[in-house]
Amino acid sequence: MTFALCVLLLQGCAGWQSALDPKGPAAGELAWLIWFFTALCAVVWVLVMIALVAPLVMRSRPGDEPLLLDEAAERRKMRVVAFAVGLTAIILIGLTLLSFFANRTLAAIGSEAALTIRVTGHQWWWEVRYEDATPSRILTTANEIHIPAGEPVRLLLTSTDVIHSFWIPSLAGKLDLIPGHMNVLDIKADKPGVYRGQCAEFCGAQHANMGTFIIAEPRPKFDAWLNDQLQPAGAPASGEAKAGADLFLKRPCVMCHRIGGTPAGGTVAPDLTHIASRKTLAAGTLTMSRGNLAAWIADPQGIKPGSHMPVADLNGDELNAIVAYLEGLK
Amino acid sequence: MSSADVTGDRHIPEPDPAKGDLAPERDGPRDTGMDDASLHRWLERTWRTPSGIVGALSSVDHKVIARRYLITAFVFLGLGGLNAVAMRIQLSGPQRGLIGPDLYNQLFTMHGVTMMFLFAVPIVQATGIYLVPLMVGTRNIAFPRLNAFGYWIYVSGGAFAWVSFALNMAPDVGWFAYVPLSGPEFAPGKRADVWAQMITYTEVSSLAVAVATIVTVFKQRAPGMSLDKIPLYVWAMLVTSFVVVFAMPAVMITSTFLILDRLVGTHIFNPAEGGDALLFQHLFWFFGHPEVYIIFLPATGMVSAIIPVFARRLTFGHLGLVLSLIAVGFLSFGLWVHHMFATGLPKLGASFFTASSMLIAIPNGVQIFCWLATLWDGRPVIRTPLLFVFGFFFIFVIGGLTGVMLASVPLDLQVHDTYFVVAHFHYVLIGGSVFPLLGAAYFWFPKITGRMMSERLGRCHFWLAFIGFNAAFFPMHLVGLWGMPRRVYTYPAELGWGNINLFISAGALLFFLSFVLFTFNLVHGALKGTLAGNNPWDAGTLEWATSSPPPSYNFARIPLVTHIEPLWAEREALPVATGLRVDARELLISTVAEAYPDIREKSATPSIWPLFAALAVGGTFLYSIFTPWAIVWGAAPIAITLIGWFWPKGDPEDQE
Amino acid sequence: MRQALAMLLPVTLALVACQREERDTRPQSALGSGEQPTPVTTLEPGGQRPSPTDNKAASFEANAFHMSEGKRLFSWFNCSGCHANGGGGMGPALMDEKWLYGSSIESIHATIRDGRPNGMPSFGQKIPDDQIWELAAYVRALGGNAPSSAAPQRNDGMMVHPSENRLPDAATLGKSP
Repeated sequence: MTFALCVLLLQGCAGWQSALDPKGPAAGELAWLIWFFTALCAVVWVLVMIALVAPLVMRSRPGDEPLLLDEAAERRKMRVVAFAVGLTAIILIGLTLLSFFANRTLAAIGSEAALTIRVTGHQWWWEVRYEDATPSRILTTANEIHIPAGEPVRLLLTSTDVIHSFWIPSLAGKLDLIPGHMNVLDIKADKPGVYRGQCAEFCGAQHANMGTFIIAEPRPKFDAWLNDQLQPAGAPASGEAKAGADLFLKRPCVMCHRIGGTPAGGTVAPDLTHIASRKTLAAGTLTMSRGNLAAWIADPQGIKPGSHMPVADLNGDELNAIVAYLEGLK
Repeated sequence: MSSADVTGDRHIPEPDPAKGDLAPERDGPRDTGMDDASLHRWLERTWRTPSGIVGALSSVDHKVIARRYLITAFVFLGLGGLNAVAMRIQLSGPQRGLIGPDLYNQLFTMHGVTMMFLFAVPIVQATGIYLVPLMVGTRNIAFPRLNAFGYWIYVSGGAFAWVSFALNMAPDVGWFAYVPLSGPEFAPGKRADVWAQMITYTEVSSLAVAVATIVTVFKQRAPGMSLDKIPLYVWAMLVTSFVVVFAMPAVMITSTFLILDRLVGTHIFNPAEGGDALLFQHLFWFFGHPEVYIIFLPATGMVSAIIPVFARRLTFGHLGLVLSLIAVGFLSFGLWVHHMFATGLPKLGASFFTASSMLIAIPNGVQIFCWLATLWDGRPVIRTPLLFVFGFFFIFVIGGLTGVMLASVPLDLQVHDTYFVVAHFHYVLIGGSVFPLLGAAYFWFPKITGRMMSERLGRCHFWLAFIGFNAAFFPMHLVGLWGMPRRVYTYPAELGWGNINLFISAGALLFFLSFVLFTFNLVHGALKGTLAGNNPWDAGTLEWATSSPPPSYNFARIPLVTHIEPLWAEREALPVATGLRVDARELLISTVAEAYPDIREKSATPSIWPLFAALAVGGTFLYSIFTPWAIVWGAAPIAITLIGWFWPKGDPEDQE
Repeated sequence: MRQALAMLLPVTLALVACQREERDTRPQSALGSGEQPTPVTTLEPGGQRPSPTDNKAASFEANAFHMSEGKRLFSWFNCSGCHANGGGGMGPALMDEKWLYGSSIESIHATIRDGRPNGMPSFGQKIPDDQIWELAAYVRALGGNAPSSAAPQRNDGMMVHPSENRLPDAATLGKSP
């Protein structure tokens, strides 16, 4: 009954961030493994429950003298128990081998990765750096990771503050970002798409709002995106945006954020060079829109209490100008 | 040299007790040949807890201490449950604004800390403190003052944590408190210090109980209770105590390292100066995984005690069960790394821990199969305790099987730190430990209070708890697979976790209500329950041989054990051993393996000093989170109280 | 007696804890707080700051969370560029007992906000007022002027000086306590 219910529920679970809706070879292997283990465990559980309920249903003898035991029956039972233990051992050995070989399959996925991306965890956002032999081709962005679809990509994971864990359920299992360590995670998305993930290791006040996206695109589109992102920020288009650009440099924003092509060079907060080209704000907390941008700047502590984005003392005009500027940073 | 005379209905050949060569003035009246009424008067005068508030505070009676432990742990269960309810209300819908992250993080930390350190471990140990001396047929637990000290330490530790919570300075770093998040840089204030010191000193109490239990089991068993006749529950407590002795120091070292880093500025966990953040996790889980078995093994003992009584037959595979307990105890130390698969350990090493984690399923499987084989005979008598044991099977087997899933490295990488794991360990801990504990509560309540709990309410309680539990925790498996991580104070609406979380919250509320009903049943049973008599369930172990509730001296004469289920084997009257003094607290010490009566040993008299010592230690620990100098200043009162505690009394400590 | 003590303990704790443990990240008024007349040219050592009007000082001065945030900002905003982790370089040392413009949190706040002659820039526009208070509280801790039970602890990094909660009070440095 429970099992049937569970199967029913699991079938309707295609989701943005679901381990059961794999979109890459690693997650596919893992989803298969999850299903196999679940099915096997369900069978074992049902057998145990049958063994538990059976004596209640079929009555054999009333319990009168607790010390009187039927020797032959005891021996029979001993054989059954020994058989069950043996069977358990065989199943467990099988599962161990299965998970060992699955682990090998996972390890083989990224063996010829052409693209290396360094992901650094911060409280509570992700710094994403596309490594390249040419320094001018190194790209730093935040929270959203564009990758070419169908190609393995190598992620180097580390952290500058506390331990985080990088997890995109529909592409691969999670791996921790640990200060002082460098972990390597290879991922591959079979098809273009947007895959959500979030930090999986408790990392403080805003652990819940530390989302990230992997955006898989066909290779040409990815290359175009990369070239766009490597450009410095565009000049402000309108007068208001121009005022915003000035304010950005005069007011608190400049202390932490970087905008390529301007004197703003902070590295402790997300790079805003092309912020308007991203889908979300504040590590997946808000969707990108003018209203959300204004709300986030005006009251970050109301939206992500405890985050390191301070409440800047801006008046309405200043806020509008800065929003107009940032909105133009495609 | 003198030992107990062996008299009774039947004469069992024992090694001849060399008759005493003690000076007569050192010897008092013995129970040999004394009539029942005067024996009761003597023993009651010798063993009773003194009256008055000072008397109550100086009690060293294991039953009194255990009752306090049980009630205190139950209160902490209620508080931890309220934490859970608050969290479930916050999570009942996406983007709820009821509780902010600062409070939520304290709530889930307090929930974990309370349930693990202030409820689960103390309550299983408290049950042991009550039952082990009764089951092995002795008059008090070993080291009774240490036992009393342990209780005071535990209460003050728990109070410390909860007062901190009330003051908005409860730890907010999770019950595991990983560095660097709990370390000096990222956890300002005293919150993480509260965690560290509270862990260290509540574990002192746990260690005290473990040592007392081990010695009680090894040296104070009734004559004739050789190793093969020790009840399974006592075996379980023995193995648990050994696991405590080896596991708790690991967490005490972890928390002490943490507080050294925080207060004294050491660099044990600082990678830049040669420390390592992962070291914390290794140390913590070297304790943390055995911790699960510290909670679970006593529960298996309870199941092993309940099943034969209601199945009306001897336990099937007694030896197999004992060996499984010991095997689980050993293996539990070899699989801590499966909590750390996502930290990027070398792959081959991780695979080794997959194998070792799978391995522990085998002895646990043996236990399950032996219990099932015991139940298989005849139609079991279905009463509330057995119902909870059935609930245990239903729930724990699921938890065990999801545990097998978590043992697999690649699979764990998907479900680690998600609600799947939350579901898994609640299935294991609530199914594996709380359900047997509830069964045990119904089972031994008549022994403790002399009255029965209501069977009708008990059944209602069972079904409410069973349905509430499964409604609350089964869907968590799903929401975890759908990608919901643990320890989040909110989640976005777009991910579609809203409805299922609402359902979970409703189940959690139902589960909480079942405990309200249980509390009512407890109080009602204690006040108005029908009188139980000595042995209401017609059980076979020694604790049912004495009256309900047991007198302060437990047994008027120390029973002589001839069978694994003595009360079933000796239906008429239990053979007894005599020869103990009745005017002084004397215990019969027996040999470890065969339980031959060996020597008579004094048992400590009531004393207020353990309380003072606990206050001094507690004060020192509390003060030490503010300045390391507390260790220096605190040493003086601790020394004074310990001197008071161990001040020579002028009478021979040991009478051989 | 025992009960009285038992009552007293939490009360005392509460009084001690409420200042130290609070974590307020969202200032009451987001706009234009902390405007007070600030003489930019008070040059005398230990400059008298006749404006103890801002009640924010108290809520930042001994608060562990704010001081720790101040420590983070001290490094994020590169105060070390001139003050070198408190030891001093192009700018004056912050760990000694000399305070050119007074050691009160209000003075330090004013220094950061409005700047000082000979190089200290004004950050009033660039750093939100609450963060200036956090920095000021931290700078006081650098000189050993904060309660050691609330002062920041060591960082997970190379150690450049003993952690702030273990720094001696600069005024008594070198003298026996």
